[in-house]
Amino acid sequence: MSRKVFQAIIRGSHEFVEQAEKVWQEAVDKHGEGAELKFPGTAFALPMILALTGRKVQTLADCEPVLKHCREDLLHAAPANQSWLPYLGHGLDGGAATLFAQEIVCAIDYLNGYKPQEGYHGFLTDTSMRELGIQLVDGRMPGFAAILGPAPTEEIAVDVVRELQKRSILIFPFANRDGKTLKEQLDNQKVQMGWDTYIVPTGPRTLDGIYVLNWAVRSALTFGGLKPGDFQKILQYSRDRVFAFGITFGSIPDDWYATGAASILMGYPVVSDSEDTPEVRPTGVTTYEALVRETDYEQLVPTCIEVRGVKVKVEEIDIPVAFAAAFEGERVRRGDMQVEFGGKNAHCVEFLRMVDMEEITDGEIELVGSDIDDVEVGAAIDLGIEVMVAGREMQEDFEAILERQIHRYLNHPTGVMHIGQRHLAWLRFSKTAFEKGFRIKHIGNILYAKIHDEYGKIADKVAVRLITEKDEFASLLQRAREAYRARDARLAGLTDEEVDLFYSCTLCQTFAPNHVCVVSPERPGLCGAYSWLDCKAAFQISPEGCNQPISKGRTIDAAMGEWENVNKFVYENSNRTVERYCQYSLMNHPMTSCGCFECIICIVPEANGVLVVNREYMGMTPIGMEFSTLAGQVGGGVQTPGFLGIGRRYMLSKKFISYEGGFHRIVWLPRELKDELREDLVARAEELGTPDFVDKIADETIATDGASLVEFLTKVDHPALKMESLLGVPGSRRD
Amino acid sequence: MASSSEQRSSDPASQEMIEHAAACGFELAWDRYEAMLPQCDFGKLGICCRNCSMGPCRIDPFGEGAQRGICGATADTIVARNLARATAAGAAAHSDHGRDITHALLLTARGKTEGYKINNEKKLRKLASEFGIETADKDLKVIATEVAELALADFGRQEGELRLVSRAPEPLQKKWRQLGVTPTGIDADIVRVMHATHIGVDTDPLHLMKTLIRTALSDGWGGSMYATDFSDVLFGGPEPIRSHANLGVLRPEAVNVVVHGHEPTLSEAIVAAAQMPDIRKEAQDAGADGIQLSGMCCTATEILMRHGIPVAGNFLQQELALATGAVDAMVVDVQCIMPAIADYGKRFSTRLISTSKKAAFPGIKHMVFDEEHALTSAKELLREAIEAFKERDPKEAVVPDVVEELIAGYTVESIFTTLGGTYRPLFRPLNHGIMDGRIRGVAGVVGCNNVKITHDWGHVEMVKELIRNDVLVLQTGCAATACAKAGLMRPEAAEQYAGKGLQEICDAVGISPVLHVGSCVDNSRILLACVEMVKEGGLGDDISELPVAGAAPEWMSEKAISIATYVAASGIFTVCAEPFPVMGSKIVREYLTGGMEDDLGGMLAFERDPIAAAHLMIDHINKKRAALHLSEMMYEAREPVESEAVPAK
Repeated sequence: MSRKVFQAIIRGSHEFVEQAEKVWQEAVDKHGEGAELKFPGTAFALPMILALTGRKVQTLADCEPVLKHCREDLLHAAPANQSWLPYLGHGLDGGAATLFAQEIVCAIDYLNGYKPQEGYHGFLTDTSMRELGIQLVDGRMPGFAAILGPAPTEEIAVDVVRELQKRSILIFPFANRDGKTLKEQLDNQKVQMGWDTYIVPTGPRTLDGIYVLNWAVRSALTFGGLKPGDFQKILQYSRDRVFAFGITFGSIPDDWYATGAASILMGYPVVSDSEDTPEVRPTGVTTYEALVRETDYEQLVPTCIEVRGVKVKVEEIDIPVAFAAAFEGERVRRGDMQVEFGGKNAHCVEFLRMVDMEEITDGEIELVGSDIDDVEVGAAIDLGIEVMVAGREMQEDFEAILERQIHRYLNHPTGVMHIGQRHLAWLRFSKTAFEKGFRIKHIGNILYAKIHDEYGKIADKVAVRLITEKDEFASLLQRAREAYRARDARLAGLTDEEVDLFYSCTLCQTFAPNHVCVVSPERPGLCGAYSWLDCKAAFQISPEGCNQPISKGRTIDAAMGEWENVNKFVYENSNRTVERYCQYSLMNHPMTSCGCFECIICIVPEANGVLVVNREYMGMTPIGMEFSTLAGQVGGGVQTPGFLGIGRRYMLSKKFISYEGGFHRIVWLPRELKDELREDLVARAEELGTPDFVDKIADETIATDGASLVEFLTKVDHPALKMESLLGVPGSRRD
Repeated sequence: MASSSEQRSSDPASQEMIEHAAACGFELAWDRYEAMLPQCDFGKLGICCRNCSMGPCRIDPFGEGAQRGICGATADTIVARNLARATAAGAAAHSDHGRDITHALLLTARGKTEGYKINNEKKLRKLASEFGIETADKDLKVIATEVAELALADFGRQEGELRLVSRAPEPLQKKWRQLGVTPTGIDADIVRVMHATHIGVDTDPLHLMKTLIRTALSDGWGGSMYATDFSDVLFGGPEPIRSHANLGVLRPEAVNVVVHGHEPTLSEAIVAAAQMPDIRKEAQDAGADGIQLSGMCCTATEILMRHGIPVAGNFLQQELALATGAVDAMVVDVQCIMPAIADYGKRFSTRLISTSKKAAFPGIKHMVFDEEHALTSAKELLREAIEAFKERDPKEAVVPDVVEELIAGYTVESIFTTLGGTYRPLFRPLNHGIMDGRIRGVAGVVGCNNVKITHDWGHVEMVKELIRNDVLVLQTGCAATACAKAGLMRPEAAEQYAGKGLQEICDAVGISPVLHVGSCVDNSRILLACVEMVKEGGLGDDISELPVAGAAPEWMSEKAISIATYVAASGIFTVCAEPFPVMGSKIVREYLTGGMEDDLGGMLAFERDPIAAAHLMIDHINKKRAALHLSEMMYEAREPVESEAVPAK
């Protein structure tokens, strides 16, 4: 009987609203009405309230009308046991009231100094949403599961989570039953958690579910481009684009039901493992069934996928361990290690080369030398991985691109870790993987299957040789090194001037319809993922796709990087919104941004330079804006002189804002980014004849405001201070 | 010999009162019907003409006697003209009702009414925006004035198209235009019928069909729709609400006031007045346990929908309610009021009061009500009732102990929120239910009572058959009251009577399988529900593509002729029990039951057996499902639930 469900939902929603009213009153008494409310790392205030009501709650006082709305409009009487009034709409209102009440309580928690417990994430930042949310809405990540409460046993907990991970479904555990949580169970079973392994516990309370839902709703605002307050479209977007669902373990208490109603309001169905849960099967609010019972744990995840209509490409690769992107972040620590290849004590080389069609037999996987059955635990041995690809559309230029995928592919099997590339690769198998039967030759199965799967258009035949035999290994290493040198020479020599064709990338037009990336050899895509060669390959692989060649045409201004045909292309493909476009300028008709940028460049007028801030950096920058606020300025396919979204490696390019003076304009970088790129930054600085330049770049440990930044730059005599005024760099002759 | 109470009504309360009336020697409609038999067959076939004083003329249906009237009019012409006039009378009744409500809104906006205010600002603003009225910074009363004036202009419109025609799906509007039946002006279209049917004007039966269809459309997409819209604006948009129905709502210990008729203006004032402390005190001082207000016919449904005021009964129960001797006042206005009720004013202390300036009844006190003194008039009426209570002989009061719970208050607007709440107002679950094969389709089962069919039986049996086959039913007027009394508007009815798929939908939403959408002018709500289903998508581009059907299993009034015609002309297959008086003309009969579908996508059928009629509707719905390539039905239809009702006479 659905009525029982709705009675519980409505009771639960009353409890949450009462709790919110109480917590709010206490907070007002303690902090005063003007006290500021905010979650860390978001530009969306209290995101759920903002999205659905259009109200930007920034202080305790701002909560009052929201609570009043809950109390007066959204809380209804629970349906009677006889001649009841219709309850579906009332239940969904209860769900909305629950969302608002939970969000207010949690925001007040942060006001009171809340820190998530060890291993829990609490509020999920805009950064995480931008990184993973885009994958959720464009379909790369098939969906996410919010899991309430602990599984009946730890084995079931692990099984269910593994089944989800196998399908690359993101998992958010929260809520407890009698103090027990799923996270604890996974901890006990030594399951690694975190964004990398797709398991992100938000907190042990039912309330902590709001962090999942107010994370998801931001995708509608960010990628859907919907206006806060346009609740019908936002909820429809979340139903149609975000493939999420809930799983509840055990019989469902009222507060879970209310949270479930909130999830159903957003279009996410709930699957319960409990015999006593009544089903709500008719559809409409959700795409398919709304509340479904599945008591067979083996069927739990398949049922979820069916009910939500998640499209999963299950990876069927003939290996004895699970294989999915969700295992990418898994580490194999020394203690868990069966064997390693490469690293300090051995060598591992991977080399992919183009061969003629008749040279290989498709699917042939050859092991030269012995496998690891007799190798002692913890040993390090040499391994050569030689991949041969033949295809009518295959070109030498694609070798490096395909080879680079080996890293990704070999991180997908659980219990296998891959680091590095080329002759500096480093591979570990865990004891568990070994016990399950994972051997060297399985590397071949993986590479064969994945290259065919993802690059089937260019790879007609794939064969793999795996080499542990000493002489063969030495010979491979030598051949590989020669090839790398030749490849590097070819790539290093590649400048924008040398090519006639640039490539466009309009992959992101699904959510930023006016944005066009122009990718040239010396300027990678702003997401960091697409180089010119990648785009070239992508065009070969799918000629109708998002990467189209742009013939540069007549040069209008070589210094700014303006060409006639590029202008034309950008204009046509930006829905006729961007009329002029300069590849090398920050201040004059710069490139637009979709929202995926790794970093943002932003001018710091008082320092006559620019700062570059990466997505991961959560703190303040010297211009008084955090990354999330800056992102709001930059994204959405609009030209914003002075602001630019970029891939981090663009900083190292000779064409890095070269019109405004380039590399020497960098006055500030977050510490972590600076450290990560230090080697390359130093190399570039040396190339420019300023070997000590990198130390003249400030970071957050030196300055987070304009005045102290300028003070530091003056002290170290930063070159930007002596450069032409950034604001005064004249535009092109056409201006 | 008189027919038995079971043959007369399937409703236990009515059966009890029919027997009581017989015992007391009260004459009822059924008695008069039986005395009338045999009824005139020329009239039934529609082949007698009294339109000029050369006649009356009548055509011999067997082809032996006169085949043409004195002027030369054939049976086809005579049938078509008679039907057109009946349609015009029906349309006039609804539209004049709509005019009065619109006028009441205008008076209210001008501050000239007593006790009324604009209760539904949201709907008023929505209408204003639909009408293209700038509302920013405007006083609500100014907006109301402008909206009401534009609507009133539609009554007198002389050219162009009625404003609300634009609410219909584009393809339907196109069909209307192609056939030349798009209504121009509400009054003008009715006048056109009267003119066209005058001796020596329009005599082409098919041309006359167009004229009558235009007039019917001016009711459905004009007068009735305005009546609904502005009743909602003035008196509030209904929301699902719990109440009771049947004669058992009369309480012998209270002052019983029954409002009977159609227009909500007076009844709304009475609802307000009955709650005023001075009136309540007067009732108490008279020794009564308060004032028990209840309704009869469509007035009942209006105050049921908005205030949950209980329903005493439907059309054929008006005499039965009075026969209880427990009614202190029956206040009537217009439509469906039997002049026979005057008898009860003589038998009991009951006050019978007619209030409309349009309608007086011999033997009934005429106290004309006007909106300017609404509350004062209402109080006056209630005081009459209190006086009557004092005079009432308690020994004479016999009230059947039969009452049923029901949920009413469904409208297009409230269906949206019922399905999706504040943040997900949508029709999606309904459309999905149909597309998935849980709900086979939707039926509107509406209309009156008719002594020729066992009272309530036609409605209840048809509706049970439909819901058993997973057809969701929307109802208005006396049809709705019949099913409410039979318990079909309690949510529990889903489990009791509905097929499994429909049951699942009812269970998910918390609704009954039969939804009460209001009075007979509120059939416009059913049209607009169809429009929303088309808009929501997945079920075709026009109303005629939807898996829906209409029925009037106990119809009797000319209003029903207008309704059935505009529903069919909007693309909906519609079954009427009693045939229209068109059987004397092959051309007219074949057009209404066939040719009309080619022109407009909908047509009529006539079938007295409610179960057979239900299956005509189900077959039609199945045909539409197949044309839309919808999924197979998810479950088999449910086994029939044993019926206690006797078959019709």
